[in-house]
Amino acid sequence: MFKSKTKLLQLIVTLSACAFLLIPTIMSVMAGLTANYFKGISSGLTLKWVFQVWELYADSIFLSLWLAIACLIVTLIIGLPAAYGLARHPGWLSRLLEEFISLPLAVPGLAIALALLQLYGSMKGFRASWAFILVGHVLYTLPFMVRSILAVLAAIDLKTLEEGAASLGASPWQRFRDIVVPNAMPGILAGALTVVTLSIGEFNITWMLHTPYLKTLPVGLADSYASMRLEVASAYTLVFFILIVPLLMAMQWASARAQRITK
Amino acid sequence: MTLRVTNTAKTYPDGTKALLPTELSVAKGEIVSLLGPSGCGKTTLLRIIAGLETPDAGSEIWFGNDNVTSLPVERRKVGMVFQSYALFPNMSVRANVGYGLKMQKLPKDEIESRVTEVLELCQLQEFSGRAIDALSGGQRQRVALARAIAPRPRMLLLDEPLSALDAALREALRDELAMLLREFHITAIFVTHDQDEAMAIADRVAVMSHGHVVQSGTPEELYRNPNSPFVAGFVGNAMRLEGKVAGSTLHLDGGELALPRDGTGHNVFVRAEDVQINTEGPLNGKVESVTFFGTHYRVGISGIMTDVLTSTYAGQSAPKVGERVEVSIKPEALMLLPEGAEV
Repeated sequence: MFKSKTKLLQLIVTLSACAFLLIPTIMSVMAGLTANYFKGISSGLTLKWVFQVWELYADSIFLSLWLAIACLIVTLIIGLPAAYGLARHPGWLSRLLEEFISLPLAVPGLAIALALLQLYGSMKGFRASWAFILVGHVLYTLPFMVRSILAVLAAIDLKTLEEGAASLGASPWQRFRDIVVPNAMPGILAGALTVVTLSIGEFNITWMLHTPYLKTLPVGLADSYASMRLEVASAYTLVFFILIVPLLMAMQWASARAQRITK
Repeated sequence: MTLRVTNTAKTYPDGTKALLPTELSVAKGEIVSLLGPSGCGKTTLLRIIAGLETPDAGSEIWFGNDNVTSLPVERRKVGMVFQSYALFPNMSVRANVGYGLKMQKLPKDEIESRVTEVLELCQLQEFSGRAIDALSGGQRQRVALARAIAPRPRMLLLDEPLSALDAALREALRDELAMLLREFHITAIFVTHDQDEAMAIADRVAVMSHGHVVQSGTPEELYRNPNSPFVAGFVGNAMRLEGKVAGSTLHLDGGELALPRDGTGHNVFVRAEDVQINTEGPLNGKVESVTFFGTHYRVGISGIMTDVLTSTYAGQSAPKVGERVEVSIKPEALMLLPEGAEV
């Protein structure tokens, strides 16, 4: 199998790269499941720390899930019509708008959060509510939704399809419902999974905007690293993994599917 | 239903005049073709009739006794077949054909039976459950036609329905389309840039150029009595005989031709199939090129006029390149069109 030295070298490089990436992950997972990390595995495996994380941070987990769903709904309500409008009226103005929506990708999250605080920080009720964090998440994830839908819509001859539907008696709303949305579905799905994944994992903006009563999953993670014993922090990482990895995989699958259409 | 288009024009915001004020009437059940080169305004006119384009102020479009000028496309009850077919990729063949009926809010079982009927008429039964991307070009074209006809529109509008097909298929489907359109007994307008297509399908052809209708008539009329050099050239590829007209004689470099009448102030045109290569004739030229087309040869002859004169030769063995030939043209085959008429 390893006839030449180059093949062997390739294998060694690959394996060491894998080890470099995987060993810390495994160490972290093991730390979360070990009774006493400083004594090592010999102290026995336990789920105690995981349960403790659940007790301490269940609110953070639910807040994050709730925020992700709310963020998805808002980005869909804004993003789908926006992408449709941009796709139907191509031109320099549309391109400018698209770039403008995409600006939060280039601006650091801390700067976005600071701007939000400066603008709305004095509105006490809003500042202290989860809706304030939601606004940050929407700003950050909207470009992913818009671009994902736009890529699919740009690949089909939307104008002629709509004209076809109109000639068969479909009103503008019926055309949107029967033609635009179903044909944009792969883009919507890919965008939706991206938005949910990003919203659950978002730290920068959320850390700046959160209050002690509103900690999301990643903010709680930072909190546990700073103030809990290592086993609890590691168990938290494990919980985070379990939540985010399936989402990440679904996102990859949906994006690949959407890309097949745009080709 | 009859269609009447009066004083209808289209000017784009940048000032481009896509369609000059145009009149057009189409009788009930008539199949009319809008024929012309690209950019002549034929598609614009079709889209204005469909309601997909807003015409300039003063334009009027009448469907029978209804003035539909300000109605949007979805309320005009027209069937439309697009160049790209515009079939909905998210629906099956059956759902595509039934979509217009669904929009009319017909009961489910009536939709089912009417879709089945139309699918049978267009010989699409076996494809009814298929997805659109699993169909060939010809099948797509039939689905597009079935979808347009299913809601029983007042008129059928077809925008270059055959141009997306490859050449071999196009000819077969052209005759099929002509047959189906007659079976539907429906007023139909179809746009094409292909004169063979227009002649094969339409009862009447309106030849368009530079944003207006140059001539409208049956295919025979257009072919035999074109009113302008443009129509003569576009329908049947007539050539101008470049020579001097003196009374009822035409003086060419290669000889003299008798005209059917006094040709003063006229240009003379002829079609390749009327240029006959004989053992004896009033014109004398040299064979420049010979192309074999299976049913006939096309022979290019120089020396008769400045340009090469083309002749269609149906005999078994064509003359050789370089040979000198005698050419005759019957006076009745010559078309006299007034000088200065529109190009």
